[in-house]
Amino acid sequence: MESLMIVLIGILVAVATYLVLSRSVLRVIVGTAILSHAVHLLLLTVGGLKKGSVPILGQADAPFTDALPQALILTAIVISFAVTAFLLVLAYRMYLTNGSDDFHKLGGSSDE
Amino acid sequence: MSVALSILLPFIASAFIPFLYRRVTNIHLGWFVLVVPVVLFSYLATFIPRIASGKTFINTFEWIPSYDINITTYLDGLSMIFGLLITGVGSLVILYSIFYLSSKESLHHFYCYLLLFMGAMLGVVFSDNLMVLYAFWELTSVSSFLLIAFWHHRKASRAGARKAMTITVSGGVAMLAGFLMLYVASGTFSIREILANLEAVQASSYFVPAMCLVLLGAFTKSAQFPFHIWLPDAMEAPTPVSAYLHSATMVKAGIYLVARTTPIFGGHEVWFWSVSAVGLVTLFWGSFNAVKQFDLKALLAYSTISQLGLIMSLFGLGSAALSLGYSADTVIYTQATFAALFHLINHSTFKGALFMMVGIVDHEVGTRDIRRLGGLMSLMPFTFTIAVIGSFSMAGLPPFNGFLSKEMFFAATLKITQLDIFSLDAVGLIFPIVAWIASIFTFIYCVIIVNRTFFGKLQPDRLEKPPHEAPIGMLISPYILIALVIGIFIFPNVLGHYILSPAMASIYPSFPSVDELTPHIAAWHGYINTELIMTFGVVVVGIFLYRTLKKWRPMYQLIPQKYTLNGIYERVIGSSEQYSGALTKFYMNGKLTYYFIYIYVFFVAILAGYMVYADLFSWNPSNDSVIEPYELLLVFVMIAAAVAIIFAKQRITAVLLNGVLGYSVAFFFVVFRAPDLALTQLVVESVTTALFLLSFKFLPKLQPESGSKAWEFTKVTISIAVGATVTLIGLAVMNYDKFEPISAYFEDSYNLAGGKNIVNTILGDFRAFDTMLEVVVLFIAGLGVYTLIKLKAKKEGKDVED
Repeated sequence: MESLMIVLIGILVAVATYLVLSRSVLRVIVGTAILSHAVHLLLLTVGGLKKGSVPILGQADAPFTDALPQALILTAIVISFAVTAFLLVLAYRMYLTNGSDDFHKLGGSSDE
Repeated sequence: MSVALSILLPFIASAFIPFLYRRVTNIHLGWFVLVVPVVLFSYLATFIPRIASGKTFINTFEWIPSYDINITTYLDGLSMIFGLLITGVGSLVILYSIFYLSSKESLHHFYCYLLLFMGAMLGVVFSDNLMVLYAFWELTSVSSFLLIAFWHHRKASRAGARKAMTITVSGGVAMLAGFLMLYVASGTFSIREILANLEAVQASSYFVPAMCLVLLGAFTKSAQFPFHIWLPDAMEAPTPVSAYLHSATMVKAGIYLVARTTPIFGGHEVWFWSVSAVGLVTLFWGSFNAVKQFDLKALLAYSTISQLGLIMSLFGLGSAALSLGYSADTVIYTQATFAALFHLINHSTFKGALFMMVGIVDHEVGTRDIRRLGGLMSLMPFTFTIAVIGSFSMAGLPPFNGFLSKEMFFAATLKITQLDIFSLDAVGLIFPIVAWIASIFTFIYCVIIVNRTFFGKLQPDRLEKPPHEAPIGMLISPYILIALVIGIFIFPNVLGHYILSPAMASIYPSFPSVDELTPHIAAWHGYINTELIMTFGVVVVGIFLYRTLKKWRPMYQLIPQKYTLNGIYERVIGSSEQYSGALTKFYMNGKLTYYFIYIYVFFVAILAGYMVYADLFSWNPSNDSVIEPYELLLVFVMIAAAVAIIFAKQRITAVLLNGVLGYSVAFFFVVFRAPDLALTQLVVESVTTALFLLSFKFLPKLQPESGSKAWEFTKVTISIAVGATVTLIGLAVMNYDKFEPISAYFEDSYNLAGGKNIVNTILGDFRAFDTMLEVVVLFIAGLGVYTLIKLKAKKEGKDVED
């Protein structure tokens, strides 16, 4: 299962990379969202899969699944959510100010 | 103790200049400044008898003892010469500048910079510690930069200052590298201790590189070929500055450095050839180019270059004695060094006087162009006298001191042909021939100075002011200098005994001080020798060439401007700016996508490259858990959704597919026994999708990605490479199972933290710091969202921030 998961993660990263390299802001944001999915799954996978039961005492018997990666992922999910929300509003403001969502058109100041 | 104070005095004085300038308005500021060099000169002069009897004075102040950097002042014969030159010529130049610069100029700047320069220069010649020497060395570059650009409203001044700064500081940095190599080789920054430990230094592999780098510093500072190009441009400075910095002091810092390091490097063949050959080339090139100048100051600049080359080559020739070792036969080669020191002083006297003469002419008639000058002899007789004596001394004619040094120069070049070391027997004859030809050109430009300025027809309509004699105050300094020019000719041995002889001991510390080291100079030999015949030839050929100058002058037009050294320098600077600009513009094109590509390419190249290099890829599925059919289904759903996003034409499709991915991740969290994660993921994914949909109203529709095939191919390649790298690293990491996880500790959560949900106790108790900061992140993001929506940017480019 772990190997399969890592292949899946690799595909997700490739898709995310492709989207991040796009010209439109929305695609880039979707790309970052997919990238964070991939990273969360990767964290979980390298912690080891299905090595035990749900990490809640009293509900099940030992051995438990490793709880530390889960805590890390929980933190990461919240942070990536915050960032995604902020990015969306930023994209909205960018579109409002510049009238374009094309990175190639927005690129840089013409000359100093 | 006191020598260090003499370095400090100019700096202290310069700090008081601005206060004085404000308080004293009716007296020229220069009178107060004049006190400093006069006091220093008299003070240093009191050392002359003791130095002449072979004493040296050393004092150390600790500065950074842990790095062996201390302010050590060392007063010996060599630093004495320079100390006297700096303070002596400094006094005369300041006296001259009092009459040259009117009170309307920003005198406080001028004298402040000049005193800084003087202090720095004294620091260079009195420092025994290489690092301190370097610090003062750069300070002379900086203060000289400020002085050249004194009239900073003029473009040429700024350009000249920048050029001088660029070239001298480049050389200075090279010199610093050389000093550091010397430190590595010897373990000390002190010049005297390096000399004491000379054999280890000479055996080191850093010896020759250090020598070349130190020489680079000396050559750039002393305007040697091909680094001389800054000196003519530095003539934009006020004339007192040119007289002081660019004839008597700063340009001799390189000479000083060569003289000071001769005992270290002198015995080496590379040293002999580079110093004497570069000196000789500079001598010839400077004198050759001086003839074609129309501006008197430019002419003097090239003549300074040429004379510095002469001194430099003499130091090179004199170093031959060091490689031969001391014996009665070799000691005659030290006379080249003696001649160098002698000419060093002579040059300061006559060149200082000549610069002041040009300053007077410029000041009184308003031009320095020899095509507009002429016939000033009867109108400015005193100035004319200065010009004649200075020029004839420079040309090497009796009865002036230049004659003596020129004779000694010829003698040294003739003697060196008899040596058979350093393959000199083959090419040694070049030395006297080049010296002789350069002397002819020297004679020609000396005649030009006198003839074109003071003889011929007066052109009153081409002069800006009616010519008249200079005020007496301006004439005092050059007259003192020309008095020295004649005085040294009449009493050369006084100078030789008291000043030059102890300096010879500094340059040849390993030689016993014998009389041969300080030859007795005879102004008239009483018989006719080869040198005298050579001088006679110089005069005859020189007069002939001057008469026919009009015929061969077009020769100078043969080299087009583009291929002159100046032209090459301008082109190198210009094109380096242009190419670096073009390069930066090429890769910093302002498009986010390109920067992403750079990041990804480096990511793949470094990580995958290293993995391949170290052969770290591995895959061992034996520990993998079993794949259930519904898990397989989930994997396929995710892959399908992810790939479909790429081809999504409408944004709603993309967002919903992203939702599919998010919910699948939540399902995986369920499958992999992570209930908290599953809950959070479900909620967050729902909110995120809702946010996406919310912002739809305000965001543009997805445009089809219009890109060329090659662009599309690049994107696909990079994406696959990044994905593959992550996959391969992930697979390799799975096998890295060297240590037990620490999670067993957290499984005791009920006893440790009173909670049964292990994940929650980690978040709230064991690692609560993360959680706190994560809350802060959320808070800040909320504030950011609120601010971005609420703050309305004003139209017409007026932002609220302004």
